[in-house]
Amino acid sequence: MAIISRGFAGRRSAAEAKLPPGQYLTSDFPVLSAGPTPHISLDRWEFTIDDGSNVLKRWDWKSFRELPTETITVDIHCVTRWSKLGTSWEGVSLDVLLADVKTDLSYAMFRSYGDYTTNLPMKDVINKQAWIAFKFDGADLAPEHGGPARLLVPHLYLWKSAKWVKGMTLMPHDKPGFWENLGYHIYGDPWLEQRYSDQ
Amino acid sequence: MTWRSARVVGLRDETATARTIALAVRDWPGHIAGQHVDVRLTAPDGYSAVRSYSIASGPNSDGRIEITVERLANGEVSPYLTTELMVGDDLELRGPIGGWFVWHRDQTEPIQLVAGGSGIVPLMAMIRSRALAGSSAPFRLLYSVREPGAVFYRDELWALSDRDHSVIVTYAYTRVTPKDSPRPPGRIDATLIATGTWPWNLNPTSYVCGPTSFVENATDLLIAVGHGRKNIRTERFGATGERK
Repeated sequence: MAIISRGFAGRRSAAEAKLPPGQYLTSDFPVLSAGPTPHISLDRWEFTIDDGSNVLKRWDWKSFRELPTETITVDIHCVTRWSKLGTSWEGVSLDVLLADVKTDLSYAMFRSYGDYTTNLPMKDVINKQAWIAFKFDGADLAPEHGGPARLLVPHLYLWKSAKWVKGMTLMPHDKPGFWENLGYHIYGDPWLEQRYSDQ
Repeated sequence: MTWRSARVVGLRDETATARTIALAVRDWPGHIAGQHVDVRLTAPDGYSAVRSYSIASGPNSDGRIEITVERLANGEVSPYLTTELMVGDDLELRGPIGGWFVWHRDQTEPIQLVAGGSGIVPLMAMIRSRALAGSSAPFRLLYSVREPGAVFYRDELWALSDRDHSVIVTYAYTRVTPKDSPRPPGRIDATLIATGTWPWNLNPTSYVCGPTSFVENATDLLIAVGHGRKNIRTERFGATGERK
């Protein structure tokens, strides 16, 4: 039974009704990062896919940008409770990157410059659900928002959309990444409000 | 993690827009300095709103915590907490939350705290935790505020740094300085980092908390003078702080 807060009315809007539980709308684009923002030059940038022992695919910036891109308009939800509706990105679908990777491994650990990691089931990465995004609102992605390129997995809390992403390691079993080791949920579905590991 | 009932047992204005709320929390499990709580308000018709606030108090065993809330002009929750809430009211909270931006009392290395505005709150919990633990870890705080009237915990910071010379506090005023200030108003720059923080070769751990643009600027400056990026932990909060 909730405690009623004397004199609290709150604010409600029609847009608010579209949000996952416990989220509020923002028109800003707040930033959540555990450490300093890495500044990565494009001539050193690369993205690799490996299976834990062998590198299966590798792109440098030039070959990555020659891949077909998509414009993505999605709502994003941060575990710190803000949501932003209708954000516009440009990126390369993971379906493109994984097109000729033959694997029966069911999970992936995404790795970032700055040593951030986050884990995802492969079923959440394929079928038009995840992108490596390099533009936001038509402009190059700013470093504090994950530029030059970040993962975008909008159906999960935004910490899964690893900034400064540099690769993915395919794994047979699920394993917690950085925030998942620090008390956050292993999967992170905003509609089920999977914020914390011990909820 | 369960929602717990918490009774307001004290209110204290820190500045014209910020207020400290002392809460007695039922079955509070204790916390580590730097962690935060989720606070839930519920309207009579069942509508509820939840926000996260850093814990300002140090760990103790009496089941009480303090949070300090800055009133945001267009906020939904912070105006209620800073103007409406009264001693004796109950609200709900859960936590403590967070295992990264924390200071453990067994850490002995030099600690550099860098606060922008209300980013002081979790860092104050670290300073208080150090005092409660009787730790002798060398602490230094570089605290950037708009003007002298915007300083949180002013008397306590003064008393701490006066009594214990291993807590060194340097203020950086961005808009208005006190009369005796040797430095004109301005944001944290390389000179202030050089004179107001531990040298990198002492291998300090740094905790930087504030609006995004503040954290970006401060961490870039720390890295530029040689601090290892792995020794810098950050917490960014609130609206972007980006210039529009």
